[in-house]
Amino acid sequence: MKVGIVSYGAYVPRYRIKIEEIAKVWGDDALSIIGGLKVKEKSVPGLDEDAITIAVEAARSAVNRGNVDASRLGAIYCGSESHPYAVKPTSTIVAAAVGAEPNLTAADFEFACKAGTAAIQTCMGLVGAGMIDIGLAIGADVSQGAPGDALEYTAAAGGAAYIIGSSDLAAVIEDTYSFTTDTPDFWRREGMPYPEHGGRFTGEPGYFKHVTSAATGLMDKLGTKPSDYDYAVFHQPNGKFPQNVSRKLGFTPEQIKTGLVVSRLGNTYSGSCMIGLAAILDRAVEGDRIFMTAFGSGAGSDAFSITVTDRIDEIRDMAPKVEELLNNPIYMNYATYAKHKGKIKV
Amino acid sequence: MRDVAIIGIGCTKFGELWDCSFRDLFVEAGVSAIEDAGIQGEEIDSMYVGNMSGGRFVEQEHIGSLIADYAGLASNLHVPATRVEAACASGGLALRQAILSVASGHDNIVVAAGAEKMTDVGMDTATDALAAAADREWEGIMGATFPGLYAMIARLHMHTYGTTSEQLAAASVKNHHNGTMNPIAQFRNEITIDTVLNSNMVADPLHMFDCSPISDGASAVVVAAADIAKKYTDTPVYVKAATQASGTISLHDRADITTLDASVAAGQRAYKMAGMTPDDIDMVEVHDCFTIAEICAIEDLGFFKKGDGGRATEAGETAIGGRIPVNTSGGLKACGHPVGATGIKQAVEISQQLRGTAGKRQVDGAEVGMTHNVGGSGGTAVVHIFSRDR
Amino acid sequence: MTVARFWRKIPHRYNLIGTHCTTCNEYYFPPRTMCPTCRRDGKMEPHKFQGKGEVVTYTVIHTAAKGYEMQAPYNLAIIKLDEGPSLTGQVVCGQEEMDIGMRVRSVFRKLGEESEKGMIYYGTKFVPE
Repeated sequence: MKVGIVSYGAYVPRYRIKIEEIAKVWGDDALSIIGGLKVKEKSVPGLDEDAITIAVEAARSAVNRGNVDASRLGAIYCGSESHPYAVKPTSTIVAAAVGAEPNLTAADFEFACKAGTAAIQTCMGLVGAGMIDIGLAIGADVSQGAPGDALEYTAAAGGAAYIIGSSDLAAVIEDTYSFTTDTPDFWRREGMPYPEHGGRFTGEPGYFKHVTSAATGLMDKLGTKPSDYDYAVFHQPNGKFPQNVSRKLGFTPEQIKTGLVVSRLGNTYSGSCMIGLAAILDRAVEGDRIFMTAFGSGAGSDAFSITVTDRIDEIRDMAPKVEELLNNPIYMNYATYAKHKGKIKV
Repeated sequence: MRDVAIIGIGCTKFGELWDCSFRDLFVEAGVSAIEDAGIQGEEIDSMYVGNMSGGRFVEQEHIGSLIADYAGLASNLHVPATRVEAACASGGLALRQAILSVASGHDNIVVAAGAEKMTDVGMDTATDALAAAADREWEGIMGATFPGLYAMIARLHMHTYGTTSEQLAAASVKNHHNGTMNPIAQFRNEITIDTVLNSNMVADPLHMFDCSPISDGASAVVVAAADIAKKYTDTPVYVKAATQASGTISLHDRADITTLDASVAAGQRAYKMAGMTPDDIDMVEVHDCFTIAEICAIEDLGFFKKGDGGRATEAGETAIGGRIPVNTSGGLKACGHPVGATGIKQAVEISQQLRGTAGKRQVDGAEVGMTHNVGGSGGTAVVHIFSRDR
Repeated sequence: MTVARFWRKIPHRYNLIGTHCTTCNEYYFPPRTMCPTCRRDGKMEPHKFQGKGEVVTYTVIHTAAKGYEMQAPYNLAIIKLDEGPSLTGQVVCGQEEMDIGMRVRSVFRKLGEESEKGMIYYGTKFVPE
């Protein structure tokens, strides 16, 4: 049985803050930060937006794009590291908001930035096993960076949703491969508003080790090589990491260009490489092969090998494309940003 | 049905009455109305009390018993006292119920009172309590406030009829001027158009000076069968009409957002009941919770064509000495708006005008007056017509 | 608002499920159990609105309702849905973008919350189409 993507949808709030604006507040050198992170601006949620509203908007976009009957959904998994409720699922709210029937299973996932791809894998398993007809996998975040912390330059808001099934596929997922270890490179304790991280430790033992291990593991398993793929997308906490890791693995800048949305979006955590994949599907044509590797701190990577089908032409234009979501931004100053991010308490 | 007349009136000062409790207020107003009528407690057959939100403002329900008790009418006389509620039209409603109970022949002398103590809670609680007069489920939870609802009426009125912010402000300026001549008024200072336009925006296009204030106050009137009225007073004020109409609770369900169709219906019923037309009315107290509400009211009650209210107000046609004096008391804007008391205070003002005791704000040759009391954004409207002649 | 009070209206708040009277063919949102035109002769059934319409009138609220202080200033409008009925809702956009007659479409947003530790109220707002 072929399992893959029936439809997809992305959502990014309209608000942005420029790196210069944040750097100004902390007395940092904006040019060197932009040069180092390869990020120029990041998305900011509206005052009435959170991981749930973003998940719902992305999920509705996926349902509408594929003209999917929501009553077919047998599973909804929502990945986020910023679920508004510590206890009370995001996924049940999404289920109600997309008009799903109650005879489904649902749960929230958390695995730093890769909870969304873990949700895709789970849906693949349920579909492949014949337990459900179709499943909805979402990665959505309004990620947090403590004021003045390096993360504040990139922690952004956005999400993407994928409907996973075995018929009417817009893209076939040939296989997936994961690499998971206990690596404490980044965490947030219960009740704490902002995450902590290991600084430069997040790089080599965290991101690079896991991404390369999962990516090479999948290519070894499938017997593929980077040049077999038209597009590649990697988790993008900044612009530099995915560029470096793709070079290391043997992918070209041309292959990663379409999916590299971080410079105008920032790091949307669970939404990060799922939005990148959406940007590729917005452009890809039948037969295109896509290589995706997500990374979540803590730490693990999920790699996917995907081939686009002719159905992509039918659904591509039926919902907002990532490029449209990145257009027409509303820029804000740091004070308004602080209000939007709940850094001002009344 | 029997004819009915007002034989006694009483009113506290309106304003932020920090040293008065809820019960202090209604006792003061009630006693002064009863003294004005020259009646004894034993003669009171029943009482109706308008109160919007005792439960929210002073955490007190069962207002009827409380009022009867503290007016000395409960422990020995056991006078029936009924609290009625229609948001800001509660006072008008109480008056109408009192009139109906006399007109029916069941009672001979009835006290109609209205009272609200709004400053014992913070501004946010007061605003939220008032917001309960709108549809909580489908307006309130969307972030609607009362100024917001009337601002949407104002916006469409401006868009449709070319009404301007200056014209709205003219209602406020005129009412402040009238308030300077009313001893009970909360605000007794003159303002200018610029005062209104330069005040904070509350809900665009309504500024703070387009809005009536949060107030404490109580008022009461004694109504009696017309046949016995002259026994108590030389100047009975005869009730020619007491009508009420309902409209949708939500503004969004109205056929025309700029028309309070409950006001239109209550007004038409009142003219019919009194056998009168708008031309017969010498002055009117309308429900100006916001300046746009006064503009809509004078149109909906037939004094001006729809859309002409703003221009007429700006031209001074509603000033004392104008074509139809509106809100000689200062209205809700300047006299104050203790919500439950407002409908009764309007009748007190018209009674004073018809008795010829309105002092500096006296309308020359006042023979017939009207009151117009609105609940919410127009969910309830109560209209009364009073006359010197039976 | 208690949990149950919000919960029972979730389908209406999330997905604009209103009612349709099959007797007179009128559509209602917010939902009604009795058709105000046909009254007892009416037959009501649930109807999902498309969420598109136009602004009949609007305001920009500066003095916010209780619990909405952080969102001020916000745009509030009466929106006439394409199927006929009008409702009150927020329009999320710059206040300079607001105009009578503008086309809007529904989005899923946070309406408010009971408190920092209380329930979060989600529902429908609108954005320019």
